[in-house]
Amino acid sequence: MSQNTSVFSNASEYLIGVLFGLGLMISGMTNPAKILAFLDLSGAWDPSLIFVMGGAVLVGLIAFYLAKNRTQSFLGGAMHMPTRRDIDRPLLIGSAMFGLGWGLAGFCPGPALVSLGSGELKALAFVIAMLGGMLLFDFVGQKK
Amino acid sequence: MTIDWTSFSPGPALVGGILLGIAAALYVLFNGRILGISGIVGGLLQAKKSDWLWRLSFTLGLLTAALWGKYVFDIQVKPVIDADYLTLIIAGLLVGFGARYGSGCTSGHGICGLSRLSPRSLLATLTFMGCGFLIVYVVRHLV
Repeated sequence: MSQNTSVFSNASEYLIGVLFGLGLMISGMTNPAKILAFLDLSGAWDPSLIFVMGGAVLVGLIAFYLAKNRTQSFLGGAMHMPTRRDIDRPLLIGSAMFGLGWGLAGFCPGPALVSLGSGELKALAFVIAMLGGMLLFDFVGQKK
Repeated sequence: MTIDWTSFSPGPALVGGILLGIAAALYVLFNGRILGISGIVGGLLQAKKSDWLWRLSFTLGLLTAALWGKYVFDIQVKPVIDADYLTLIIAGLLVGFGARYGSGCTSGHGICGLSRLSPRSLLATLTFMGCGFLIVYVVRHLV
């Protein structure tokens, strides 16, 4: 990748990160109370998250359809698309752990990082633990 | 089931969701990658030099989004975080480990995976949603 392409691609990384963060804020998903209100089916249920996912997937369906047969990105870099199709135990156990953590605090990785950026101390605690969990996986999980 | 009509916000949810979709769309088309936060951030910790800068750029975007919101777009959100610190730390460990072990989180599996019609991501999404429903039921209505 040439120098220019690299500058453009990193600028693109940054700006898309900002856009994603703003999308999370506008949709209400940076607010753990709102996430938990969605996950609380037998309480006062707030179905907003369905609309967030719906809107995102609607756009995503078109984008990934367009991306499907590309061999290069618009900026000239390689396409890094997942190829696995198998259902295995790590996928299920990992996702289950993720769901339990998500439901305990109402934070998932993106919203936690955005809230950290708005100066929330509690988000900082969550993010440090999350990074710890990821490091722990790097030490333990990958040896299997 | 009772719907909390005062909190329910389909308009902003849909607009925000479409923005998330646009971000994921731009990301795959311009950068050729799946917009999966746990994958992007998790790789940052492994610190391979050639693989580092793009991850950092994206992560800084997320971390500064609130500043753009505040000073440029006049969007401010005050998160309500009821969990205490111990709960947040346990939750963070589970989310971090689980997302890496399960190869993705709400963005990678939930938004991008479903958009790609990936069976793995569909199953992952159903699993974490199911477990989220379960733990909230246990914590709020059983304990």
